[in-house]
Amino acid sequence: MSMNQEWTPKIVAFCCNWCSYAGADLAGSGRMNYPANVKIIRIPCSCRLNPMFVLRAFQRGADGVILCGCHPGDCHYSTGNYYARRRMTVLFSLLDYMGIERGRTRVEWVSAAEGAKFAATMNDFVKTITELGENKKLGDLRCKK
Amino acid sequence: MSLTNKVTAEDVLRISGVDASRCMQCGKCSGACPNYDEMDLHPHQFAALLRKGEVERLMESNALYQCLSCFACSQRCPRNVEPAKIIEAVRLTVIRQKGRNYMTADRLPEKLDEDLPQQALVSAMRKYSK
Amino acid sequence: MQKIGVFVCWCGSNIAATVDVKAVAQALKNEAGVVFSTDYQYMCSENGQAMIRQAIKEHQLTGIVVCSCSPRMHEATFRKTAVSAGLNPYMVEIANIREQCSWIHKDIAEGTEKAIVLARAAVAKLHKNAPLTAGTSPVTKRALVIGGGIAGIQTALDVADAGFEVDIVEKSPTIGGRMAQLDKTFPTLDCSACILTPKMVEAAQHEKINIISYAELESLSGFVGNFTATIRKKARFIDEDKCSGCGVCTEKCPSRKGLDEFNMKLNKRGAVYIPFAQAIPNVAVIDAEQCLHFRTGKCGLCQKNCSAGAIDFEQKDQLIERKYGAIVVATGFKPIDASAFNEYAYNDSPDVVTSLEFERIMNAAGPTKGQLIRPSDLKHPHEIVVIQCVGSRCTEDKEKGKPYCSKICCMYTAKHAMLVREKYPDVKVHVFYIDARTPGKNFDEFYRRAVEQYDVDYIKGMVGKVAVEGDKLHVQGSDLLNGEQVHINADMVVLATAIEPDPTARSLGTMLTASMDTNDFFTEAHPKLRPVESPPAGIFLSGVAQGPKDIPETVAQAGAAAAKVIGLLCKNELTCNACVAQTNEAICNGCSQCEKVCPYGAITYEDKEIRSPEFRGIRRIATVNEAICQGCGACTVTCPSGAMDLKGFTNSQIMSEVDAICR
Repeated sequence: MSMNQEWTPKIVAFCCNWCSYAGADLAGSGRMNYPANVKIIRIPCSCRLNPMFVLRAFQRGADGVILCGCHPGDCHYSTGNYYARRRMTVLFSLLDYMGIERGRTRVEWVSAAEGAKFAATMNDFVKTITELGENKKLGDLRCKK
Repeated sequence: MSLTNKVTAEDVLRISGVDASRCMQCGKCSGACPNYDEMDLHPHQFAALLRKGEVERLMESNALYQCLSCFACSQRCPRNVEPAKIIEAVRLTVIRQKGRNYMTADRLPEKLDEDLPQQALVSAMRKYSK
Repeated sequence: MQKIGVFVCWCGSNIAATVDVKAVAQALKNEAGVVFSTDYQYMCSENGQAMIRQAIKEHQLTGIVVCSCSPRMHEATFRKTAVSAGLNPYMVEIANIREQCSWIHKDIAEGTEKAIVLARAAVAKLHKNAPLTAGTSPVTKRALVIGGGIAGIQTALDVADAGFEVDIVEKSPTIGGRMAQLDKTFPTLDCSACILTPKMVEAAQHEKINIISYAELESLSGFVGNFTATIRKKARFIDEDKCSGCGVCTEKCPSRKGLDEFNMKLNKRGAVYIPFAQAIPNVAVIDAEQCLHFRTGKCGLCQKNCSAGAIDFEQKDQLIERKYGAIVVATGFKPIDASAFNEYAYNDSPDVVTSLEFERIMNAAGPTKGQLIRPSDLKHPHEIVVIQCVGSRCTEDKEKGKPYCSKICCMYTAKHAMLVREKYPDVKVHVFYIDARTPGKNFDEFYRRAVEQYDVDYIKGMVGKVAVEGDKLHVQGSDLLNGEQVHINADMVVLATAIEPDPTARSLGTMLTASMDTNDFFTEAHPKLRPVESPPAGIFLSGVAQGPKDIPETVAQAGAAAAKVIGLLCKNELTCNACVAQTNEAICNGCSQCEKVCPYGAITYEDKEIRSPEFRGIRRIATVNEAICQGCGACTVTCPSGAMDLKGFTNSQIMSEVDAICR
């Protein structure tokens, strides 16, 4: 994207394979619209999300990162989403400390049956990020072409 | 004398520190109550009516002054609801209102009885008046 | 450098309507490593797949990216296609441009741009892919059932009938469990022993079933298909092969101080005893704590009188080590200890009994030979009060009660009430209940029969206190429907006590790395879809060990667990998940963090010789058992040194995707 075009946010969504990725598919099957800025990366479980991936996304110019996993108690691997919840809590407080707006990161539980919730979540998240504006603090200019 | 200030269920819950939603209406409290027959409302009803927000019915109840504060209901409750604390809290909200002291010093002489320990009168004064 | 082929699917107009597929194919041609790029109406069709196969061979592709529908739909299809063209199945990546692109966007420019980004991310990931092979592991064709109650017996019979060897390990001297103690069963009132004992005999005589009684699991190692169990067979001081079960020793034994566990300690038994007449194995056992020989070194009457010469005071505990392919947990339950309930005078009067004690009193083979008499003065009672939910649905004190509903009490109480009224119409029965819960086939009809036909006095409310007054029990409770407090002078009080998992469950769960809830019930791998499996592969759940159940439910679950065991044992080898965790031995420092987060116990440590530029020598290294690892990735994130990675979803693969998306 060249600099003179109007800015639109870049959003990376990490979705667990068993619930949220299926929820995203359901949103598609139900033709529920959400902005094209959201790009989904499939991971086996929300606990596979290394906080490093979130920082990498911001460094490479993402404006918002969202993690979607199974509802607490529904994890395919029993306890993965609990690990994810704790890790993200710690990461978010680190980002807070660094002065990164809290709204840029989010964790949401989306089940395989919640296509509508997935679309609504994404719409809301894109709205939040658009209001927050471009991620200038963490983006590494050397990564931009 | 009528009630002057509006009291809500939230007020009673806050004063008592009780979570009435935990009550499953098993009736063990009322089964344990030693003064059941003297009371117009019974311990389990305090939890139930509070849940429905009907605080005024509780405040008009005679049971507030018949409760012995023995805490048998609280002790037996399998779900830690503690009806005695609800009764206590409702009684407090009543006597705190203007002119609603249940026990006044001028009523003491009529209550005097050789068999009655004086301590009971002292504690009744404490319990039933501001 | 990979040689990558990109295949963009139109999916008819499903994708092509909002994504310019030709533009996507064209744009991907410029990506590094992409040597071939094309589009087609239906990639999943036979023609489409043929096109992929041909391209792989023609351009010697090392990996392919298919831009199509969700990988949940056709990933398996395209992997098979790749395999048939000689490619490793894990060298296939799918870009989801239908469900997550064309179907949610309306603008073609927007859709095309997003599809290109998603395809680029897939290409970027594919660059880091490596061929993966799923490992295999052999299966030991023998099952271990822990617990010999109706759950364990049923599972063992079903597995053995399918032709597999089964060992039942039972901690008490006989199999049969709780069901053997019952008198009648609801809602049919058929005699419990009449339906259970034939099953016990069947298990004992089954050539594939081996009953190891008076034994407990000592330790367990291994994984699905390859468990090694050590079983401690406790010394019973009787030679099982010689004992004929004649019972002469039990009659001659001069010690009469032991409490009869089978009769809920309502009567005394000798130091040498057979738990009950139909015990299996029908072999005596010596209680060393009561036996005069062990206490004083004298006596030995049993030995003198045993014509079979089966008494062996020198017998020692025996350790049996054996291999198993599957483990079934069927440890069952016990009633909670009612002595915490002072308000019901359980400690003050022998006439206040628990339901299981009452069950023994009503049982024709019980301590009273089925006569309904009070334990205190052996007199016939005229008024009985039953209190339900004693310790169930109690959140107040974890030690005293249980937060859950024990499920069976409403029904067995109705049964008790009915049996009493049937046999002794002169006895009045009052039941205090909170809710009468009867959700089961013919259950509510049964309960209503107790009320309507047998005139059992059901009182909605709870008992506040029971006080001993002379030879009577003064019961004070509330009748919520009539708004009054009731006072009953009863002769007997029966407490319908909650049930809890057997006390051995917690340590067993730890040994099996099987997860448990806060009440020590074993949790299932999935609460709806995998109700008879424990999260670690190869461990199955049967009966009340998993949660309160009645007999039909227990038998149904036992059969289901058996079906799962058979499904596992009939395989010769197990194919493991290819996307498993892997340690980078050069970096791992053996800190044990990964082991702690692994929900399957797949990680162990071993001392290994390391030859890296930084370190030479022996070091403790994490190793992943590929047969157990399910590939969740929890360990990869927790690893402080970054030594743990997940094949198929490696750090570098995911990072490449992130980079491609943010480019």
